[in-house]
Amino acid sequence: MSSSAASWPSGLTRVPYHVYSDAALARREQTTLFEGPTWNFLCLEAEIPNINDFATTHVGETPVIVARGPDGNINGFENRCVHRGAMLCLKSHGNARRISCVYHNWVYDLKGNLTSVTFQKGINGKGGMPADFERGKHGLRTMRIANVNGLLFGTFAVSAPPIEEYLGPEILKRVKRVMREKVKVLGYIDQALPSNWKLYMENVKDPYHASLLHTFFTTFKLNRLSQPGGIVVSQSGAHHVSYSMLEGRDKVSEYEKTELRAKKEDYRLADPSILDGVDEFGDGITLQILAVFPNFILQQIQNALAVRKVLPKGVGKSSLLWTHFGFVDDDEKLTGLRLKQSNLVGPAGYISMEDGAVGGFIQRGVAGAGDTQEIIEMGGHGVDSGVHDTRATEMPIRGFWKEYRARMGL
Amino acid sequence: MDTALQLEIENLYARYVHAIDEDRLEEWPGFFAEDGRYQITTAENHERSLPIGIFFASSRGMLQDRVSALREANIYEPQRYRHLVSSILVMGSEGGIVRTQANFQVIRSMHDGAMDLFATGRYLDRIVGRGPAMRFAERLVILDNKRIDTLLAIPI
Repeated sequence: MSSSAASWPSGLTRVPYHVYSDAALARREQTTLFEGPTWNFLCLEAEIPNINDFATTHVGETPVIVARGPDGNINGFENRCVHRGAMLCLKSHGNARRISCVYHNWVYDLKGNLTSVTFQKGINGKGGMPADFERGKHGLRTMRIANVNGLLFGTFAVSAPPIEEYLGPEILKRVKRVMREKVKVLGYIDQALPSNWKLYMENVKDPYHASLLHTFFTTFKLNRLSQPGGIVVSQSGAHHVSYSMLEGRDKVSEYEKTELRAKKEDYRLADPSILDGVDEFGDGITLQILAVFPNFILQQIQNALAVRKVLPKGVGKSSLLWTHFGFVDDDEKLTGLRLKQSNLVGPAGYISMEDGAVGGFIQRGVAGAGDTQEIIEMGGHGVDSGVHDTRATEMPIRGFWKEYRARMGL
Repeated sequence: MDTALQLEIENLYARYVHAIDEDRLEEWPGFFAEDGRYQITTAENHERSLPIGIFFASSRGMLQDRVSALREANIYEPQRYRHLVSSILVMGSEGGIVRTQANFQVIRSMHDGAMDLFATGRYLDRIVGRGPAMRFAERLVILDNKRIDTLLAIPI
């Protein structure tokens, strides 16, 4: 197996299978992708609403803390004591005026500054740190934080462009479409995936598989590739949106009266209330899956809203973290719809149950495949930014690899 | 202690897990009242009063739909569960509703030979009726493990 550029073909339609099992490549992803000039989704602003609130997550495999400091500003830094490397915050969420390491009580403020070193001057004049040890030079490595309508992103690289530029106008517009109000968290689901993290991102960026793998759609006639919809690819190709909609805004009510009911009858749902969505965004779009390079997904499936991030856990495993949300002004009825429709997604989701497993099928399938290449040719050879009115295409996957190869020098 | 009630509830729990473990899933919705609620969540969500479910059903019909989706639509590798249920405790009773809780472990065995402790936690239940007519008005499945391995197809 090889992670060298030589094993890659010149075009974008082939990817060597070793990318899912190459440990050297995974180490380089950590430094070049996750800790390079990318923006990594961290958490929702709603998870740290108050002064001194913190949440912990990862940038790639690096543990990080996101904290709202005493000035109300949001800071991000490594969750790793500069002394001996112990994790500082062990809990997923909390509130603290300062952060101290349990091992030797080195203390940091919520900006990541090292504020005290226990026994720095020794005990009774003996021991202690050398006189030239400067606490000010040993703060936690910090991130730049960007807040996009309540979505918090972080980057360790000073060279990362502003987030608006990173996302581009087409993607930013569709992020803002979903993040329309102040967010309320509805809960967390943590799904262990038996595959490399990139296999999940490819799955998300693959509009072709939806009606084929997820037979819930087709068996019960909830969605088809022929339903109006398509994809939007960002300027760079790195990010994309896949969407589908009702027949047209002007036909929504007619659709709801006739076709949706017909679908329910075909389905023979014992309780069809799971399909009772409301057009809360007012544009007839019933599904919008938005992916930001390298590993973030913003989901709207009817009224089931969630953010997802997939984190590498070694080479052949990853962790898919779902945070379901609604908005603070949701009434009980809308919250009820979101809870019911959340049955569609997650590890037990009617339409996403297979997504966790299928990456594992590939991971197992390509064991020993080395430089053999997969075929990513549906919908052509290239990546063209803009709106495309078909989902019978693998263009977003090609876009992912185009970006990946550019950043990794492959 | 109401010994007869305790035995009836233990019998209900036993019938429930044997129906699932023996792949008689079509019988599963019948353990619930018509407007019965069934939810699988994590202790983390439960303790923070976050309402999302990994499974969420607010009617017996939704449970029937789960079974038909598992049989007709969803794709998952052949697997079986073995439920171990213990410490079945009647906590109280008012207005014809008995509140109970119990511990569970679910061992999942896959067709390819892999076997794992898949889930562990407690049931928090509200039960109506007596004897063979006992039904869950609500079964809250609270997982201690907040991480789900790959997928959760079969109910707990």
